Amino acid sequence: MARMKFLCDADRCIECNACVTACKNEHEVPWGINRRRVVTLNDGLPGERSVSMACMHCTDAPCAAVCPVSCFYTTDDAVVLHNKDTCIGCGYCSYACPFGAPQYPQTANFGTRGKMDKCTYCSGGPEPDMSQAEYVKYGANRLAEGKLPLCAEMCSTKSLLAGDGDIIAEIYRERVVTRGYGSGAWGWRTAYGETLTV
Amino acid sequence: MTHHLNRLFGVIALSLGLMLSAPMVQAQVDPTSSAVSEDSMFEALGTAGTSDAISGRVSIPNKNAGTLIKPDNKNWAGFQRGALPWIFVVALGGMVALLAAFYLIKGRIRVEHGFSGRTILRFSAIERFAHWTLSSTFIILALTGVNVVIGRSVILPLVGEAAFGTMAQWGKLAHNFLAWPFMVALVLIIIFWVAHNIPSKLDLVWIKQGGGLFKKGVHPPAKKFNAGQKVIFWSVVIGGVALSFTGYMMLFPLQAGTPSDWQLYQTIHGLVAAGLSAVIIAHIYIGSVGMEGAFDAMASGQVDENWAKEHHSLWVEEVKAREGQTVAGRTHPAE
Repeated sequence: MARMKFLCDADRCIECNACVTACKNEHEVPWGINRRRVVTLNDGLPGERSVSMACMHCTDAPCAAVCPVSCFYTTDDAVVLHNKDTCIGCGYCSYACPFGAPQYPQTANFGTRGKMDKCTYCSGGPEPDMSQAEYVKYGANRLAEGKLPLCAEMCSTKSLLAGDGDIIAEIYRERVVTRGYGSGAWGWRTAYGETLTV
Repeated sequence: MTHHLNRLFGVIALSLGLMLSAPMVQAQVDPTSSAVSEDSMFEALGTAGTSDAISGRVSIPNKNAGTLIKPDNKNWAGFQRGALPWIFVVALGGMVALLAAFYLIKGRIRVEHGFSGRTILRFSAIERFAHWTLSSTFIILALTGVNVVIGRSVILPLVGEAAFGTMAQWGKLAHNFLAWPFMVALVLIIIFWVAHNIPSKLDLVWIKQGGGLFKKGVHPPAKKFNAGQKVIFWSVVIGGVALSFTGYMMLFPLQAGTPSDWQLYQTIHGLVAAGLSAVIIAHIYIGSVGMEGAFDAMASGQVDENWAKEHHSLWVEEVKAREGQTVAGRTHPAE
């Protein structure tokens, strides 16, 4: 089984936000929720870099650890998913996430949060694959169709890579060696406890 | 000629300037030497990759999304699922065990001189209303809160994920909404009782005698509230205010700040809740099975005179004085 990961090559990202838009469109993500966003560092300064970030599908995910109703599960592809029927919208996963991935729809008064929503690595939820119920709650299940996440698949500069961790790491290493520089695999040490060495 | 010379000097000066500035310009655009890496960013934050967040600009409306990585957020998970559930088990279980032991050894505290049959008003209807609003909401808040801490380990394996999810969902709704009447009742009891709960020298005497709990026939003098009740009152006030504030911050996290602030509020909320719940278990015990005659104070509001004399001697004198009666219960002859 593959160990699915995201890798954003910050030296290629041009902050076009197409990954953000593609994600919102593919999954019909509600207003106010962004499962993925592009963060620009040192904006307007020398060495400016943009990084596309979403749920990194951590090893030993802290969200799963703190969830009071234990609604998270990890798939065979090492994708971290959650069950919205069990989720109570307490917000604890967003306290524990190092990447700001969990999002909440504003549903009612007194700070009552709706069910948590986050990147599913385009692989749906616990419902039957590609069912209507799954689509409504979690969006498309591209992995079940044999496709990779749309954000990475349609990235115009191939900055954002998705796929088996070893394969995308190899692609990135090749790039760094060829062009002579690289700013590293953002978030890998935090998410997977390992850095990518070239 | 001068014109030509001027131009020549101009060109030389310009080329010199270019030569001098060229390396700097080149350094600013050289992607190799100015590559922004995660490691160098963390190092620039001065904490070498453990503490501060890497943040930037986002073009989406949610500006909080500008925080890219904050590794420290993970650390809270260890406390949340490691220490906190055990703190609850020890605090609540320990208090129940302690009270059970006390009950088995000393038994129920009786009214030493038996019921007199005469009663005096201890708590008015509005005081009792505030008390029962506070206590009923607190019990539901405590149960639903404890469920958040240990339900996953205790109840989830018994009832399954779907049933537990539904239960926890209702629990969270109850917790969020009953917090408001709890806060109102908290303000009411502060208004009603704070004047009676100012610590005094009398309390030292009460504490020295152990409140008379451990020795028969010992009844240290007390006004409306004795030192033990004052401890309960101030625990409820300080704990209740802390719970209200941290709870409010968790209800409206965007006003409260960043995830590390939420973690701090949740940690305080959890620890205070464990402590206050333990205190309240003791309070419930002594107000019901633990002491004969005590429950009447909050039920009908009328307590037996002998009970009152034993536990609140000075308060009884105050009441009698106000009614123009002596402690002995002898009424003034009609004039």
